[in-house]
Amino acid sequence: MKNINNTNNNKNLSDNPFYDPSLTQRHKSARRFKIFTITCIAFALSFLVFFLGDMITKGLPAFQQSYMQIDVTYNDQTIASTRKAIDKKYRRIVSRAWLRNIPKMVQESPELMATTQSTWVLVNHQVDQYMKDHYYKIKNKELKIIEDMKAQGKIQLQFNSIFFTQGDSKIPENSGLKSSIIGSILTLLVTMVVAFPMGVMTAVYLEEFADDNRWTQFIEVNINNLAAIPSILFGLLGLAVFINLFGMPRSSPLVGGLTLALMTLPIIIVSSRAALRSVPDSIRQAGYGLGLTKVQVVQDHVIPLAFPGIMTGSIIGLAQAMGETAPLIIIGMIAFIPDSPGSIFEAATVMPAQIFTWAGMPERAYVERTAAGIMVLLSILISLNALAIILRKKFEVKW
Amino acid sequence: MTNNPDNSSNSTINGLTSQESPATKITVRKLNLYYGDNHALHNIDMDLYKNKITALIGPSGCGKSTFLRCLNRMNELINGVKVDGDVIIDGKNIYDKDVDEVSVRKRVGMVFQQPNPFPKSIYDNVSYAPLKHGIVKKGQICDELVEKSLLQAGLWDEVKDKLTQPGTSLSGGQQQRLCIARTIAVEPDVILMDEPTSALDPLSTEKIETLMLDLKEKYAIITVTHNMQQAGRVADYTAFFHMGDLIEYADTETIFINPGKKKTEDYITGRYG
Amino acid sequence: MKAFESKKRHNEIKEQLIKVCLITAASISILTTFGVLFSIIFEAIEFFQMRSFWYFISGTEWSPGVADSKFGALPIFSGTFIITLIAMAVALPIGLGSAIFMSEYASPKLRSKLKPLLEILAGIPTVVYGFFAAITVAPFIVNFFSMLGIQASFNSALASGIVMGIMIIPVISSLSDDVIRAVPDSQRKASLALGMTMSETIKHIVLPSALPGIISATILGISKALGETMIVVMAAGLRPNLSWNILEDMTTVTVRIVDALVGDHEFDSPDTLSAFALGLVLFIVTLILNVISVALIRKFKEKYKINTL
Ligand SMILES: Nc1ncnc2c1ncn2[C@@H]1O[C@H](COP(=O)(O)OP(=O)(O)OP(=O)(O)O)[C@@H](O)[C@H]1O
Ligand SMILES: [Mg+2]
Repeated sequence: MKNINNTNNNKNLSDNPFYDPSLTQRHKSARRFKIFTITCIAFALSFLVFFLGDMITKGLPAFQQSYMQIDVTYNDQTIASTRKAIDKKYRRIVSRAWLRNIPKMVQESPELMATTQSTWVLVNHQVDQYMKDHYYKIKNKELKIIEDMKAQGKIQLQFNSIFFTQGDSKIPENSGLKSSIIGSILTLLVTMVVAFPMGVMTAVYLEEFADDNRWTQFIEVNINNLAAIPSILFGLLGLAVFINLFGMPRSSPLVGGLTLALMTLPIIIVSSRAALRSVPDSIRQAGYGLGLTKVQVVQDHVIPLAFPGIMTGSIIGLAQAMGETAPLIIIGMIAFIPDSPGSIFEAATVMPAQIFTWAGMPERAYVERTAAGIMVLLSILISLNALAIILRKKFEVKW
Repeated sequence: MTNNPDNSSNSTINGLTSQESPATKITVRKLNLYYGDNHALHNIDMDLYKNKITALIGPSGCGKSTFLRCLNRMNELINGVKVDGDVIIDGKNIYDKDVDEVSVRKRVGMVFQQPNPFPKSIYDNVSYAPLKHGIVKKGQICDELVEKSLLQAGLWDEVKDKLTQPGTSLSGGQQQRLCIARTIAVEPDVILMDEPTSALDPLSTEKIETLMLDLKEKYAIITVTHNMQQAGRVADYTAFFHMGDLIEYADTETIFINPGKKKTEDYITGRYG
Repeated sequence: MKAFESKKRHNEIKEQLIKVCLITAASISILTTFGVLFSIIFEAIEFFQMRSFWYFISGTEWSPGVADSKFGALPIFSGTFIITLIAMAVALPIGLGSAIFMSEYASPKLRSKLKPLLEILAGIPTVVYGFFAAITVAPFIVNFFSMLGIQASFNSALASGIVMGIMIIPVISSLSDDVIRAVPDSQRKASLALGMTMSETIKHIVLPSALPGIISATILGISKALGETMIVVMAAGLRPNLSWNILEDMTTVTVRIVDALVGDHEFDSPDTLSAFALGLVLFIVTLILNVISVALIRKFKEKYKINTL
């Protein structure tokens, strides 16, 4: 045996009984493996960052729109033929959509009649793209005018309120999200009105009342399968059943909402069941101790306690339905809808469908609108999810 | 209650009362361990011997497992652990910077309280580590090592016809012997056992105890046990821990028949609250 | 006394009524599954009455809308298959690697931050991925390969496959992370105590134990890729193309379903009904995959006696 005292501090490798050269290689490979896993997650996260950055850089310009300050003449003649309201040389610069709107403007403020006003008018999308340093197609003659105006500060970028106050349009500078936002709200209203009570009731039945028999198991397996069905097939269902069989109006929030409700159902059921399950049995026992019936116990004691959890799951389901596009395309919710739908029976479009439509447009100006639409949609989805998280944190199990 | 080797008899540190002089395998000096703020081991000094079985006893939570894990650096896997002091094996402090914990664990094997065979075949359970360590290559030599290890672990006759079956299909006692075989296959010098029989029935326990007595011919064995009879049956030396202190360490006979400390006596005779 | 009796009866009736309501609600979920199934089967049968089933599953020409229209779906299946393959080639290693990092290397605190971040990827609407694939990834691929002197299509299978793969990363990573963490710690300890390194322990002990769960996650990912619509509608082609060249444009089952049903077609024409035949195939395949995936997870749970997955 070696003497303890002098080997204790010996750092010499050859004296190190634990020195094992074969381990070097294995440690290297261990390090490589760890680095591989770090790379994986770093890639996924940097994609997220790159992707969000890409959307923001593409989308931000859409929140501004170019306007030009020129003289506009309002009289009977120009109302009859609106392109005469402005100097001829500006005709290829000013937006058609703006000119089209002159009669309405005069109607709203009659004092304009028979005057010539220096006004900030909307310019067309080519000029706007030029102002934003994007690709543009403008004739040289116009280009010179625009450059002059720009030098004088008479053409500039202003906040793009049209994007939020107008519906879809074939004129890029006049298109906005409004009709699709309203369409989304109506559709999701139908979805929640149907899916929420049905989902919660199913969950209550399965969790509180059902015996563990074949029928119950069958329902459970089914819910699981329902969650795994590709969303586009729900579109086929909507088309074949709601539209062709029941004759509901095509492209309507009613059909869209029902279709999405069926898709959201499993999410609500699963989360509601989890919430019900987390209510301790002692609460139920206490209720029975007071002589209450099962229905009363569930209704008055269990569901209120499970409610925050149920809400959390429902909001997450809502967020998912909100981003869904494929089934809605099938049932026709990508129609061109310039005006906001007034009811759930009228043709409508929803935000993701609007994004899809714009993404397919040839004009360059729609690219920024698509990305901006995505920014708005993602902001709403993030807010919804944040709300769900806050709810969950706030009401986190108290027992 | 610090254990000072200078003021008490030498017995606390080397466990010897008689004249025999076994070879020291592990020397522990001033070992302190902290789980965060919890000071779990206080200044432990102890010598552990080759070809002997040393039993660690003491009430629950006194630090037996913690001490055992210090001997093969398994504590480092736990977050927030700090180890202070020396654990010298074959003349080298295993906590030195130039010591690789993987190499330590290769030389100091460990058997756990719950039998934990891998969900692989019996054969693969035993051959897994030797193959990865490059001790053997696939083929006949590997087969021989597996057979030898299973023989040593006293399991060969029971499993030789079903080596391809999963290790988890064996009984609890067989599983534990498989775990011992798997440890032996790496050819360690020291085997640590943390309550290896506490999850087993009396018959399996007896088999493991017999096995331990066989194995000490080749290895230094350090075992934790809650079973006084077991310590009495198998251990050459016994160490009594209490609240992170090593109270008394001597050959088993002394500890059981003539303990030097009141606490030890109380614990052995079951008067411990 | 009588009033009390009648009130009690009244209550009993109410209780029964509520229970009936609940059972009805629960049954609707079943009705929906069968609704999807039957509405698709029904129309698909109609399609197969007009066109040959065998040509549908083995024919190589898909040309709706013309006088001599043909419905051989093989090139559509092959396109779906290839894009799915690309997606899984991206999602599986990255998802699994991320799961291993989160469950084995990251501290619990770091993990609790990383996991929701990754799950954001799953929450992004697919139409957004589609736009990204079409406007950013596809042109990048074309430029990249033209630098190498290779011509790639703006609707390449590669672009939609990659983006789809990124979308599926969280499907793989979340479930894999759960199953890897469910592998008992005693197994890791046993392996480390034998002198194995961390990575050897992960590769040879942890991952094999978690394998059923990982396979299950993979199958779920495949099922998601097969049914994914918006990315391919926006970034992949319309052309049925029986080719292995991932730089060419290809079409998928979902793209052709959308194409057949969008626009003003006559509903009872084979052009439109072909969507339901494709939908039926998609339904059956994803259903089978889901059943397998669930069975595997159940097996894993039983093995380690866990019921929280
Ligand atoms: N992983 C850990 N993290 C934090 N503290 C720990 C950990 N393991 C043990 N401890 C603490 O260290 C002390 C000693 O524990 P240890 O497990 O070593 O006791 P033991 O003697 O093996 O007990 P038992 O007989 O019950 O196995 C205890 O106070 C325990 O709370
Ligand atoms: Mg212990």
